[in-house]
Amino acid sequence: MDINLTLLGQTIAMIFFVWFTMKFIWPPIMSAIEARQVAIADGLAAAERGQSDLAQAKTEAEKIVAAAREQARGIVDQASSRANDIVEAAKSEGEAEKQRRLDSARSEIEVEINRARDELRAQVAAIAIAGAERVLAREIDANAHRDLLDRLAADL
Amino acid sequence: MDESDALEHTGGHEQTATEYIGHHLTNLQVCRADGQWVWNHCEGFWTLNVDSMFFSVLLGGIFIWLFGKVAKSATSGKPGKLQTVIEMIVGFVDTSVKDAFHGHNKLIAPLSLTIFVWVFLMNLMDLIPVDWLPMTAAAVGVEYLKVVPTTDVNVTFAMSLSVFVLVIYYSIKNKGFGGFTRELTMHPIAPPTKGVAIVAAPLIIAFNFILEGVALLAKPVSLSLRLFGNMYAGELIFILIALLGIYQLPLHFGWAVFHILIITLQAFIFMMLTIVYLSQAHDHEH
Repeated sequence: MDINLTLLGQTIAMIFFVWFTMKFIWPPIMSAIEARQVAIADGLAAAERGQSDLAQAKTEAEKIVAAAREQARGIVDQASSRANDIVEAAKSEGEAEKQRRLDSARSEIEVEINRARDELRAQVAAIAIAGAERVLAREIDANAHRDLLDRLAADL
Repeated sequence: MDESDALEHTGGHEQTATEYIGHHLTNLQVCRADGQWVWNHCEGFWTLNVDSMFFSVLLGGIFIWLFGKVAKSATSGKPGKLQTVIEMIVGFVDTSVKDAFHGHNKLIAPLSLTIFVWVFLMNLMDLIPVDWLPMTAAAVGVEYLKVVPTTDVNVTFAMSLSVFVLVIYYSIKNKGFGGFTRELTMHPIAPPTKGVAIVAAPLIIAFNFILEGVALLAKPVSLSLRLFGNMYAGELIFILIALLGIYQLPLHFGWAVFHILIITLQAFIFMMLTIVYLSQAHDHEH
């Protein structure tokens, strides 16, 4: 266990190894570690941010869904009331149409009746005249009594 | 490893247990004498422990190769398995540095990483069965081979003295020469500045200086001797266990498992004390 030249050799070797470590080993490894630490911290922060974003989006979505539901309900209500209206309108229109047809048919019938009555009247007058002519053929001058007969026919 | 096997590998004569242990604890040395390279019969300072140098540089090379490879392809995205392991070690060292050192210094963290991994790898050589490498070396004609560099006091002193130089350098840099001197002379007893007691001031300053000087010098000495002592003792126990014949198997296993803890702990302690000493060199308050 003498102290000898090995001491100096070792010192030189150590200086070289320390220098090499300081120059080529420590900085790149440390910078890689630190860069990764930063990346991990960023990733964690991003995950947290994403989570809060997600929660926010969820409440947002819930709000939107609730609004949409509300809107849909409104639309359905509106549609059903409108359908009722339409049905109602159609019903009343049908009713009116029916009434109208009835009325027109009735007036037509009226006209027909009047026409028939006029015709009948004319025919009854003719028949009466013919009858009267036949009864009175000999003594009654048709021309002399025409205005009397016409008045009779009008009274029928 | 049987005892008889263990005793035969230096050729020629039979080894006694003492020779076996001594052989395992002898470095492969080289020096220059009379214009010639001399192996293993060296004395004095100008001797190189070839095995310590070889294994420590090899292990340091493995360290910078492995970490350099990862550093080169380091991605901040999804890391591979190797990168994850390396990053765990780097992160562990970084946390240790940040816990104990609050200043700004680009050197301390890489220094701590180098010390931790390098010392750990050198300690790890202790877990290789004690005869494997020396016997392999003996087979190819290398007489001595001590495979655990941290059982060489030169290796641990080289590291602790480098740390010590840094401590002195940063102390003077951060506190100024005056501040550093004050730290060594004005604590722990504040010398009197007025009155008759002022005559005692030089005495107190000298006392403080001796006390603080010893405390300062104790840092590198204790740092290196702690590691050296632990590893040397651990290695010695492995060698003793290797002498036991077949009974060494359970014992070796038990001691090796325990030693995994020791080598990691010693590497950690060396790193941690380095950080603490350098941190003190940056602190203005003593």
